[in-house]
Amino acid sequence: MKGLVFERNVARFAASRLASTLGGSGRGAGIGPLHLTDVEPPELPGPGWRRVRPLLAGICGSDLSTIDGRSSRYFEDIVSFPFVPGHEVVGTLEDDDSRVVIEPVLGCVARGITPRCAACAEGRTGGCERVAFGHLSPGLQIGFCRDTGGGWSTSGLVAHDAQLHLVPDALSDDDAVMVEPTACAVHAALTSGVEARHTVAVLGAGTLGLCTVAALAHLRAPSTLLVGAKYARQRRLAEELGADGAVEPDQLVRAVRRRSRSLEASGTLTGGADVVIDCVGSEDSLAQSLSMVRPRGRVVLVGMPGRVHVDLASLWHREVAITGAYAYGSEDVDGLLRRTFDVAMEVVASKALGRLVSARYPIDRFEEALAHAGEAGRRGAVKVVFDLRARERHRGTDPSTKGPVS
Amino acid sequence: MSPRPGFVLEVDRSTPSTLFWHGEGYRLERLPLGSRVLYAPEPVDALRDPVGAIRQALDAPMGGVAPLRSLLRPGMALTIAFDDVSLPLPPMRGPDVRQLVIEQVLETAAEAGVDDVVLIAALALHRRMTDAELRHALGERIFDAFAPHGLLWQHDAEDPDQLVHLGLTDEGEDVEINKRAATSDLLVYVNINLVAMDGGHKSVATGLASYKSLRHHHNAHTMTQSRSFMDQHRSELHSSNWRMGRLIAASGVKVFQIETNLNTDTFPEQFRFLQRREWEWTARDRAAFLASSKALEATPDRLARSIFHAIRAPHKMTSVQAGEVEAVHERTTENVYAQQLLEVHGQTDVLTMGLPYICPYNVNSIMNPILVACLGLGYFFNMYRGRPLVRAGGVVIMSHPTPWAFHPGHHPSYIDFFEQVLAETTNPAEIGKYEESFATDPWYVHLYRTGNAYHGVHPFYMWYWCAHALEHVGSVIIVGGDRAAVRRLGFKPASSMADALEMASDVVGPDPSITHLHSPPLLMADVR
Repeated sequence: MKGLVFERNVARFAASRLASTLGGSGRGAGIGPLHLTDVEPPELPGPGWRRVRPLLAGICGSDLSTIDGRSSRYFEDIVSFPFVPGHEVVGTLEDDDSRVVIEPVLGCVARGITPRCAACAEGRTGGCERVAFGHLSPGLQIGFCRDTGGGWSTSGLVAHDAQLHLVPDALSDDDAVMVEPTACAVHAALTSGVEARHTVAVLGAGTLGLCTVAALAHLRAPSTLLVGAKYARQRRLAEELGADGAVEPDQLVRAVRRRSRSLEASGTLTGGADVVIDCVGSEDSLAQSLSMVRPRGRVVLVGMPGRVHVDLASLWHREVAITGAYAYGSEDVDGLLRRTFDVAMEVVASKALGRLVSARYPIDRFEEALAHAGEAGRRGAVKVVFDLRARERHRGTDPSTKGPVS
Repeated sequence: MSPRPGFVLEVDRSTPSTLFWHGEGYRLERLPLGSRVLYAPEPVDALRDPVGAIRQALDAPMGGVAPLRSLLRPGMALTIAFDDVSLPLPPMRGPDVRQLVIEQVLETAAEAGVDDVVLIAALALHRRMTDAELRHALGERIFDAFAPHGLLWQHDAEDPDQLVHLGLTDEGEDVEINKRAATSDLLVYVNINLVAMDGGHKSVATGLASYKSLRHHHNAHTMTQSRSFMDQHRSELHSSNWRMGRLIAASGVKVFQIETNLNTDTFPEQFRFLQRREWEWTARDRAAFLASSKALEATPDRLARSIFHAIRAPHKMTSVQAGEVEAVHERTTENVYAQQLLEVHGQTDVLTMGLPYICPYNVNSIMNPILVACLGLGYFFNMYRGRPLVRAGGVVIMSHPTPWAFHPGHHPSYIDFFEQVLAETTNPAEIGKYEESFATDPWYVHLYRTGNAYHGVHPFYMWYWCAHALEHVGSVIIVGGDRAAVRRLGFKPASSMADALEMASDVVGPDPSITHLHSPPLLMADVR
């Protein structure tokens, strides 16, 4: 059983950071703290836990940040080394071969903590206050916790019943692996305060950006949905998924200005978008978001930011709200409390988001896979995944797949 | 010795390479044997005594109008409007012809005891001129006498308090012009005529008008019905302006039109080779060409732009006429034709042209891709009388670097037009659906009124200017342009003239007839 293991190793962190700086995101995989090794299946932590065999496991921007040595030190206390990455997972239950997607957040229920924290009690497991506590090692999600295993492994992972969602037959494996990022997008769309009369700008059109566009179009249908996307294929996909217009990132402020008929002062629109959703998470994207949100508007950070240096004078003066949108749990959908993953499955089905899976790699070609994911946009790709179905093929269930497929 | 007439050269084995403008630079291209190269007539001689000629024109106006001095009296309101920075091209060496004319008008007014005088730059929807540009056009003395006292205005087509609606033409066209000009006892308009499109009723009816008025003739329909807009008798653009001009006159606005012709002496000595016929280049011309070409290759774009925009043309006035608008303009147009017309027999399959660094709308600015299209397909394509130089379905090949670059202060709405409108359609008939939103965009209005920006609707006009050509030709190719920018325009990029000609043959067939419109100087083809 092979798996990719991420270990705490300062020298390798530095090497990975240097390699990604010189060669691009994902290029440090071969020399960094990630290595392919024999991995034993994780122990079941307790009652209510199941073993899951991954079929497809996605590579996420947060994974790449971690591998590149660029993620914030904020996360140091809420992960535990060594861990097997991979939190975007569709797999089968070892018990009965049911196909499931994993809701990877390790909240109070999974951690055996009673009473549950306030967030978990409200169904907002993404906001769990106990991700570093309980009978499990710290880890905000499966894929960042040494006790649970992760999706980037043929040895499988363990997940609590509360984290499992059965996948309808109508969804393909490609669709299913998109459920987790789509759930993030659904959460962002439903908590960002977007209304039908709003002008919304989405900055960034990688996986999260495109899923956010899909979720907004499906769930909120704002009057105007504009997207800043770096690459032509991303712009095309954004429009297919429901954007009213997709332009290059440096054109987005002008597109918002035109739409809102704003003036400009001090490098900021006097009006602007009601809501800006930043799916990049960089210093530049945050500054750009602040420059095009209207007074008393809202900037929602969906892309994982780190340490940034941003002039907040306009935020203060224009009374702009800046909020994060992390993970999922339960959402208020038109007055009904629903699991985010259930809503996400609807969005995935409605928008056929399986099409965003651009390439599948076997685990032993992880360096290529991560390099591909690191430059996905430039190479016309969106979601790059590990294909762990080889074992299934040996069992005769899927003879056709050969990776990578772009 | 009188200037030589224009000339149509047929390229043979002994013909040297042909000079093409290429933005802030130039190229030598070897055209296929049998190609025609159209050379303009040489610049006509300048007036020996321009000030004397101006005084003579003011004293003996045309069209039954009394001498200017007899129209002036103490206590009257006098407005002097003048053409803006878009003329002449390049800007001429001082003293500018506007200065010469306005000085004489002011002197006459002073002699008559007129003290209510306002000068107005007739911008229409062009950008406001800078103080330096106004000083250059009017001279220090006039600028210093008027500007500090608030008597030097720039027409503001967006100030409702500065506009007056004079009525509708019999075609239902709004005529709304500058109130000060319309309500003055006398409006003197000082024009510079470089091409046949300029002047006449267009001076006041366009130069001092509002968007509400301009939209009646600055549109795709009008431009496709103007064959060409350089031939006022076959130009719907002019017909509309003439209707408006006559309504302005019928409304009681007294216009005293002063039009000037300049010769086509366009570039100073160090760039003289540009307007010489290549086989007549002297050793000095060749040396100047080589030296400047090499220097420009190593010069950053921005610096090259500064160098070229610092050029002051040695244009000289060749005639001046004053009086009633139509009588004056008839003479002016005759003079333009006398200087620029070249008889050409038969149309061509492929028309080539080298586009320079400047057009009417980027003086001291960047020639953005929209202006490249407008200069080639709006201006140069329309420099014909009779029939277009290129046949219907033919190909126009233009040489220009066409950078994806815009002056954000001068052309802010152009950027949005390029990014938004042309990304969706390049059909002039279809872009109209966006026009209103650009024309009324408060940001563009603000920049037009307070900065130095062209009006929000202006890029639409530039594209409408291309409408006739776009409807007529089968393909447009740009040699040496930024490929993305060229494609955004809806044209085809080519890396060399040879490639462009090869691409053209896909449209017009093998062995096409080729005609090159050589410039400078400007010429107008009289196509038989």
